[in-house]
Amino acid sequence: MERRVVITGVGIYSCLGKNLEEVKQSLWDGKSGIIFDEVRKSMGFRSALTGHVDLPNLKGILSRNQRVYMPEQAQYAYVATAEALANAKLDQDYLESHEVGLLYGNDSSAEPVVKSVDTMREKGDTTMIGSGGIFQSMNSAVTMNLSCIFKLKGINLTVSGACASGSHAIGLGSLLIKWGLQDMVVCGGAQEINPYSVCSFDGISAFSTRESDPTKASRPFDRDRDGLVPSGGGATVIIESLESAIKRGAPILAEVIGYGFSSNGDHISVPNVDGPRRSLEMAIREAGIRKEEIGYVNAHATSTHVGDQNEAKAIAAVFDTYKPEVTSTKSQTGHEMWMAGASEVIYSMLMMKNDFIAANINFENPDEDSAKLNIPGQRVSKHFDTFLSNSFGFGGTNSTLIIRDFKG
Amino acid sequence: MTKEEIISKVNALLAEEFEVEEEVITPDANIKKTLELDSLSLVDLVALIDGEFGIKTNGAEMSKVLTFGELYDFIAGKIA
Repeated sequence: MERRVVITGVGIYSCLGKNLEEVKQSLWDGKSGIIFDEVRKSMGFRSALTGHVDLPNLKGILSRNQRVYMPEQAQYAYVATAEALANAKLDQDYLESHEVGLLYGNDSSAEPVVKSVDTMREKGDTTMIGSGGIFQSMNSAVTMNLSCIFKLKGINLTVSGACASGSHAIGLGSLLIKWGLQDMVVCGGAQEINPYSVCSFDGISAFSTRESDPTKASRPFDRDRDGLVPSGGGATVIIESLESAIKRGAPILAEVIGYGFSSNGDHISVPNVDGPRRSLEMAIREAGIRKEEIGYVNAHATSTHVGDQNEAKAIAAVFDTYKPEVTSTKSQTGHEMWMAGASEVIYSMLMMKNDFIAANINFENPDEDSAKLNIPGQRVSKHFDTFLSNSFGFGGTNSTLIIRDFKG
Repeated sequence: MTKEEIISKVNALLAEEFEVEEEVITPDANIKKTLELDSLSLVDLVALIDGEFGIKTNGAEMSKVLTFGELYDFIAGKIA
């Protein structure tokens, strides 16, 4: 028998705030987390725009021997996970005495690689790299650190699915619980934000160059968009079986009712319409709901020309005459990449719990395709109990989640 | 560099890196126990000493150095 999967804790550390309360306020205010970074300009970046996230100070919270293996994105993920565990009413005793899994989205750890190689070249001695280099450099840096810090004993795996990583992590975790293989999985996504991690992305002219007005640069679906703005942080979503949540008297925030996925089988960077459409349709089919039950769509839209255009076409094709509000929170955050699928579930949950839809800021003029969607450029007061969240990535990987407010 | 300068430099360096009070670093104290070193953080000790004093050592050599007093002598011998 398939089991129901519920969300019992969330935590966030992003350019919109260092915890749920700050992020909720930023969403409400339509605040942008984008800045102009002088360092990037001096390094030779085409675009010096980026989301801004402060490195958390974990000294005194984690020991030196724990921190030394953590790249920046693992530190963001740690803060987000600590918040999520607290909200889920989970303590260390529980984690150590149950088989709690960990599936986290991450698809790079560039800075430690660069620094390790620089040290080796400069000193001519690999020992000088130190003990942290190898562990910080691996794609699984987030899961290997979180699993050791929190002493997790279930599945322990990093999901690398480009900009859909965080969404796939939640989706795959929900399947493990649904099928009875895990009772609880700590899911999420993390994204490094240092210049080394995105210089090659900047090199393919993917980023907005609206440097004169950083907060206006990320403008998904707007006619005058000119590229994405990279961003980062950490987002954690704790999912568990309904039985587990009830048994331990956990706060049940929402339910994961649908996970859809697909691959475009097409171009490495240019998305198409068919792949995303199939992902949306699968999620709706798996959820077993009518599309009219979906009150809000959190789009993947990153502010690139063809990406937003093709997603608009896919959403319009799936929803047809029914037009729920569609926004991209990337208008405020920039593109949180490996983290985005998890953070955007949290942003959408904050809206759902507080009866509003954050403005798709900078949406001033639609283009031919976005004109067919219901995209609010201003905050909307609205009660909704079900949302759909899209995440798409390089290589044509697509993930769609449908989340419903918990009704018992 | 005098022995006193080596002691002062080593103590400050290790206290900062391994986050212990300088007072616990005494000549007779065991290095691994005091700094909570495992096989991995021993690498950091080697890198730190090599980098600071411009000497070349390795984990095998360093693991034979048991106390801080022996460490001071080890460094003094290397830079002599």
